Amino acid sequence: MRKLHQVAMACAISAIMLSGTALAQNAAPKKEETGKDIAFNRTKGNCLACHGMPTVPDAESTGLYGPPLIAMSARFPDKAKLRAQIWDATAFNPASSMIPFGKHGVLTEEEIDKVTDFVYGL
Amino acid sequence: MRQQIITKLLAGVAGLGLALGAVGAYASPESDRQELIKYYQSKYPNIKIDDYVYGALAFDEDSKAQYDAIMEFPPYEADIDAGRKLWETPFKNGKTYASCLPNGGKNIAGNYPMFDEAKGKVVTLNDAINDCRTANGEEAYKLGDKNTMGKLTAYMRTLSDGMLMNVKVQGPKAMAAYEDGKKSFFTRKGQLNFACASCHVQNAGTRLRSELISPAVGHTVHWPVFRGGDNLVMLQNRYEGCFKQVRAVPPAIGSTTMNNLEYFHSSLSNGLPMKASVFRK
Ligand code: HEC
Ligand code: HEC
Repeated sequence: MRKLHQVAMACAISAIMLSGTALAQNAAPKKEETGKDIAFNRTKGNCLACHGMPTVPDAESTGLYGPPLIAMSARFPDKAKLRAQIWDATAFNPASSMIPFGKHGVLTEEEIDKVTDFVYGL
Repeated sequence: MRQQIITKLLAGVAGLGLALGAVGAYASPESDRQELIKYYQSKYPNIKIDDYVYGALAFDEDSKAQYDAIMEFPPYEADIDAGRKLWETPFKNGKTYASCLPNGGKNIAGNYPMFDEAKGKVVTLNDAINDCRTANGEEAYKLGDKNTMGKLTAYMRTLSDGMLMNVKVQGPKAMAAYEDGKKSFFTRKGQLNFACASCHVQNAGTRLRSELISPAVGHTVHWPVFRGGDNLVMLQNRYEGCFKQVRAVPPAIGSTTMNNLEYFHSSLSNGLPMKASVFRK
């Protein structure tokens, strides 16, 4: 049911947050997505909508809702805490505008693991 | 609305009336408007309130210059002309919109949405136009239809250019409708968990990807807009787009929820000049 819900939602997507790569993605034969792919994909993590990634050269036209993601392993010595921030930012800051990626099922648990690994390396 | 109050609203820890209100009573719409303006001004002291009608353009000189250039020769003139024809063509019974609407349809757009006591609900300008049609034996237009209601209002609303937005909220029923709209505006929704206020209050003037976000004050004075110069978008169609953007199911255009949202949202622009129709990216 949750899956179906997600598919339906993915179809309803429009404009910036969610613009257009979904179809193109589905058409190509699936190759294993990396944490970076998921973080960059506008229909998945779309982290760049809100975060700069100063150490990643192809992180372009990034938004400013959130702080730049840099030196993450120094700022989050505990990787579990980093994952928890991505899973549900509102647990730490109830007024956060960051999307609760895990809690609202925007990303799967496996996808969140991959994104966490990627972000931890920034 | 002060910073902490807005934060509390978005965190869902404060009841709306309580957070915004003076002790015991509802906050008046005018004080809500003033508080919001104060909030924006404390973040962006250099932007004049009068410039809020330009939305996100007020925050970016280059885009504003591009807008000014495009507005000199608007690429959507043909649609406005088509709207003028729709406006001037009499109904089958010989009557016209001008004979049906208050003041011949001139300088009235800023009074809408208005609370109609007899009907017990909010009436938008588009509803009033449809009431005119049905009262004269014509079929109502589909509220979200660009080709009919869209073009007609793209012309008709120019007859109110310069009028100041003047939405009134008087009496308990009108107040309840206003509060309902305010709730829609501040409640998080959709899979992505945004409220309208998450973007247009908390992050107004900030970039989301490469998109600058406009403040809610000044939002409702300039509709329809022509996105990209030729794509006509009415206000509630834009709401629909913003709902979908956060993966929420939008309420139907013209529903009580949408109309109440437009009622609250419009009152935030009270005192700002109307200007139809404008270019948007
Ligand atoms: C719509 C905006 C938005 C999106 C999309 C978003 N974030 Fe955030 N993020 C924020 C904001 C705002 C903060 C600041 C703290 C807070 O309010 O939660 C933040 C904080 C963070 C932090 C904590 C940084 C620190 O130094 O404290 C991490 C880590 C993070 N985000 C990772 C991500 C990842 C990974 C993604 C994509 C999967 C993502 N964010 C997508 C808005 C966003
Ligand atoms: C995730 C962010 C986000 C959310 C949530 C959001 N919007 Fe928007 N909205 C935008 C963006 C981006 C634009 C286009 C840039 C601009 O004009 O601000 C926009 C534009 C608009 C405009 C047009 C402004 C103009 O002058 O052209 C209106 C009106 C509007 N939004 C109303 C709403 C309402 C009402 C809600 C809640 C139902 C809402 N928005 C929720 C991001 C958002």
